[in-house]
Amino acid sequence: MISSTPSPLSSQTAAPHAGIRFDRVSKTYGPHRRVVDDVSFDVPAGACVVIVGPSGCGKTTLLKTVNRLIEPTSGTVFVNGRDVRSFDPSLLRRGIGYVIQQVGLFPHMTVDANVGLVPSLAGWPRERIEARVREMLELVGLDPAVFGRRFPSQLSGGQQQRVGLARALAADPDILLMDEPFGALDAIERSRLQGELAALQARLHKTILFVTHDVDEALRLADAIVVMRDGRVVQQDPPLRLLTRPADAFVAELVNAADLVRRLSVMRVRDVALGPPDGAPAGAPSGDALGQDDDLRCALSRMLATGNFSLRVRDGSGTVIGTLTLERMLEAARLAGG
Amino acid sequence: MLVERTWLYALAHHADLAVALRQHVALSAAAFVAAALVSLPLGVLAARSAAGRALVSIMTAVRVVPSLAVLAFMLPVLGLGFVPALVALFILACPPILINTDAGFRDLDPAVREAARGMGMRGWQLLTRVEAPLAAPVIIAGLRTAAVEVIASATLAAFIGAGGLGTFILDGLANNDARQLMLGAVSVAGLALGVEAAASIALTAAARPRAADATGLAVA
Repeated sequence: MISSTPSPLSSQTAAPHAGIRFDRVSKTYGPHRRVVDDVSFDVPAGACVVIVGPSGCGKTTLLKTVNRLIEPTSGTVFVNGRDVRSFDPSLLRRGIGYVIQQVGLFPHMTVDANVGLVPSLAGWPRERIEARVREMLELVGLDPAVFGRRFPSQLSGGQQQRVGLARALAADPDILLMDEPFGALDAIERSRLQGELAALQARLHKTILFVTHDVDEALRLADAIVVMRDGRVVQQDPPLRLLTRPADAFVAELVNAADLVRRLSVMRVRDVALGPPDGAPAGAPSGDALGQDDDLRCALSRMLATGNFSLRVRDGSGTVIGTLTLERMLEAARLAGG
Repeated sequence: MLVERTWLYALAHHADLAVALRQHVALSAAAFVAAALVSLPLGVLAARSAAGRALVSIMTAVRVVPSLAVLAFMLPVLGLGFVPALVALFILACPPILINTDAGFRDLDPAVREAARGMGMRGWQLLTRVEAPLAAPVIIAGLRTAAVEVIASATLAAFIGAGGLGTFILDGLANNDARQLMLGAVSVAGLALGVEAAASIALTAAARPRAADATGLAVA
């Protein structure tokens, strides 16, 4: 069942044919095992869509239909408006960045060779590959001089995933497929890499299809979330809407919709009707000021830490544009729940 | 003293020794190379099919047959000389290469293969850039077993008139001459150990990247 509201995924498409489109995609194994069941949705160009659901819900299978590692039994997958079946599979895959959990890196190749793999398959000249590898390693925060000649077994889990991301970006694809890329990392490293991916995405605007079973990860990274269960799409909505209007009891339980703090985590200061700028206590130190893009969970945490429940908000130029109070914040969160 | 007497015998017959050594190496090398040329591609194919699995089972059974029996079996079919010895040694060398090549490819993590395809590798690129390097340690171990077995078994070729270092052992037995026996045994053992050592170096080199975590950053 798809939520009754118009799909947020199709409403904001930048160019009509860019991105990924699933059109009534099904995948069955044998007569009775239907792993993906009549799934349709769009991943608009430049958006990050996260598929979330329990293991075995078909999310990884669906992801692999995009780069043709799995062929759907019926239905069609479009990439930039073209049926993926019309592409040479190898060329299609070289044009799509692919990040996977754990075994993604080739253990017998150095970091340099791993990152330069797709450009070398595409036949780039050596100097161009070397320059690109350096650029990509710097992009993901690894010093090429230090890490380039190491083997994957000589890296930490977080470093390996950074290399995996660098490799996926190396041939500068428009589209990234990410299959539980941070699943094997400890909580601290996972959170750090999520933050870095979000920052990278804000600069690069790739079309990302991301699969995870971690709801917090989905809420943090997604422009829109697709919830899957037993091969079907249960709901597709932006994070806040998913929390405030879960389609059914399954989604409500999956996202723990009643958790107000979680709801605050997907809302930003700019979503709240602010109080007048002079509302803040005169003595409040200016260092307490919030930015418009800070999330409300962070604002709440700041309030609890300082004991000051009325914080100034500055815009990008540093001008104080209003005051965020606890009451206004909770009001906004309740309104969002409509 | 036997060692000294053997040494003196070898010096006196160094021309015979050189001929026997050349025959032994030529026979062994020919059988080994032929077996590798046939078994390596066959092993790659075997790892991809159910029929291949059956072939490997048959080869495992073939390994149980003793070398001497294979040689004796060749005698009525192919007669005496170099060719029957070559065929017999070829038959001996195939199973270890085939079995290990099959195992090396079959035991690869399917996820690695899928990742490689997901990067856009074609079949040949997947084979040469990912599968072969990762399977190399197991394959090289099979080649090493085959090489050592061939060198040791080539000694028996003297029994069907193919020459080689086994000639000294055969003559030593016939003449009840310990010096000849000793010379034949020591030179075959030396040859086999030399090949074993060379293969071990190759094996270490092939396995190096994945063993690197044990040595920390020594490679970097």
